[in-house]
Amino acid sequence: MRKIFIIISLLIAITLFAEFPDGNELIRKVDDNMYSKNAVSTSRMIVHGRRGSRTMEIKSWAEGENRSFSEYLSPPRDAGTKMLKLEDKLWIYNPSSDRTIQISGHMLRQSMMGSDLSYEDMMEENELIKIYNAEVTEEEIINERDCWIVLLTAKVEDAAYQTKKVWIDKERYLPLREERFGKSGKLLKTTEIKEVFRIGKRWYPKNMVFKDVLKKGKGTEFIIDSIEFDVEIPESRFSKAALRK
Amino acid sequence: MLKFLAKGLLRDRSRSLFPIMIIATGVIFTVLMYSWMMGFSTMFIRENARFETGHVKIVTRAYNELIDQKPYDLGLMNVTEKIDMLTNEYPQMHWQPRIYFGGLLDLPDENGETLSQGEVIGFGVDLFSDSFELELLNLNEALSNGNLPFKQGEILISQEIADKLGININDKVTIIGSTMYGSMAMNNFTVCGMVRFGVQAMDRGAVIVDISDVRWFLDMEDSASEILGFLPEYKEKPTLEIADVFNAKYNDENDEFSDIMLPLRKQSNMEFMLDTMDDRLGMFIFVFIFIMSLVLWNSGLMNGIRRYGEIGVRLAIGESKGHIYRSLILESILIGIAATIIGTAIGLVFSYLLQYKGFDMGSLMKDAEIIMGSTMRAQVTPVSYYIGFIPGVIASVIGAIFSGIEIYKRNTAQLFKELET
Repeated sequence: MRKIFIIISLLIAITLFAEFPDGNELIRKVDDNMYSKNAVSTSRMIVHGRRGSRTMEIKSWAEGENRSFSEYLSPPRDAGTKMLKLEDKLWIYNPSSDRTIQISGHMLRQSMMGSDLSYEDMMEENELIKIYNAEVTEEEIINERDCWIVLLTAKVEDAAYQTKKVWIDKERYLPLREERFGKSGKLLKTTEIKEVFRIGKRWYPKNMVFKDVLKKGKGTEFIIDSIEFDVEIPESRFSKAALRK
Repeated sequence: MLKFLAKGLLRDRSRSLFPIMIIATGVIFTVLMYSWMMGFSTMFIRENARFETGHVKIVTRAYNELIDQKPYDLGLMNVTEKIDMLTNEYPQMHWQPRIYFGGLLDLPDENGETLSQGEVIGFGVDLFSDSFELELLNLNEALSNGNLPFKQGEILISQEIADKLGININDKVTIIGSTMYGSMAMNNFTVCGMVRFGVQAMDRGAVIVDISDVRWFLDMEDSASEILGFLPEYKEKPTLEIADVFNAKYNDENDEFSDIMLPLRKQSNMEFMLDTMDDRLGMFIFVFIFIMSLVLWNSGLMNGIRRYGEIGVRLAIGESKGHIYRSLILESILIGIAATIIGTAIGLVFSYLLQYKGFDMGSLMKDAEIIMGSTMRAQVTPVSYYIGFIPGVIASVIGAIFSGIEIYKRNTAQLFKELET
């Protein structure tokens, strides 16, 4: 009787263990779904601050992970502000002062345009597999979707967040919820995908909410109004000269 | 009786010289220390009021929660209307809106690329409406190079940061910050002058711009971080009363953006600092009285030995012990008064010297975070003229009271025997 109990327990344990996929393989699939060779998008960023909400409209061009360019289209005060990311460098052009400033050092940790995102968040390597080791720890249903809960631990020293806890949609390979932790283990930011849409074979976030948990306010909503993948982007787009045009 | 005792003290200097020297020395230190602490306290209040606290300050409740961070995004709105209301309700006071902001000062090269960059603390103050802020911040005296701003788009920067970043007069610099709503803000200014306040916390990286420029730059139309209120002369009690009345009327616990008035004492750890200064002065006077009493007690005992014969004769001819004891105390009062007058006079000379010349403590305060001028001055007040009498006379009398007790131990039956020897 005892032997049968041990064998059954072992079988159950093995079965349960076998249900958890390899974490690294899982985030590779997330990367494959989320990231393309290049993309052009128009989006809105709605910052829900303590004194009300503010909407910014942005057009972005991205090539791989290392090159991106964005231009703020509205509101009028921010219109014409441009950001250029080349490798690990970030420049901002401000039309009212006609100055281009490189954002570096502690400024990278500051809020980007008053949102719950920092410039450092924007600079972060997009492909999870390059920064984190992943381990599937649990499964859970969120927003009626079956998800794996994956613990990501930084494998590079300059990662913006030491660990992340990510809820990955089992079918669509989308990180539906994310909790980002600092080196001390303190929760710093959360991300939640509220709405998704399908474009070709990909599932992509339509509406995301970022929340800096250290800030009062209701977070920053990021809505993608249109996106095109694998389109031709002229080389001149990713140059400092493009900032002043 | 007094005349008799005074003559005795003058003619027999050995009775009075040593106690007078001791007490006068102590009184000199008391007067000097009191005047120095008054100067420190007044300067501390004045400098903090000018740069930081006002005599009272109005902020929002949300701002007050993070007041050390100066979160101008949680600042006051509809400031013109608020100042009109305050001027009506408190006509004796002057109200001044200010915006404090942090940012980066960026000096471009000829191609517009960053040449040098440093962190600055910005002061958006009203430089053009009247001369109140100019006088308050003492800008004319603080100006070390160039001119004060006389038109929009001009900026004053601290001499220290100008030297550090290699900035010259008429250079175009960019201040990078964020608007009241968090967007990145950049604005170009022309450096018209450089200032040195002698206040280390300011000299490390202050920039001063007219508030209208800052409002435009930080998207703070008709807004301010704080409104500072100034009485014609600082008095603590009225500021506490005004704040109580204002807060009862306008401070709403359910509205994080309702206004709250903070009197100077309740800001920036001022209460602790001011109480500590009062405590230190009280402690100094107590310690002085205690030490002087011990010294004068000892001196009285020595005097008693020296005047052993004299007191014996006085007892022998029928003077009562109580009468002698009282006369010794009266003598001590005369000595105390004389010594205090001498000590106060000398103490006042030194105090006035420190009041007008000052003492540069800049090297000791280079890392200090508190707002304080580097030249410390004493301040002679009416109290300086009589503060010395308290320890001077009390110490002298206490010394006499203890040493005089020995008179009661004299045995009259032994007097003639003692006098014969």
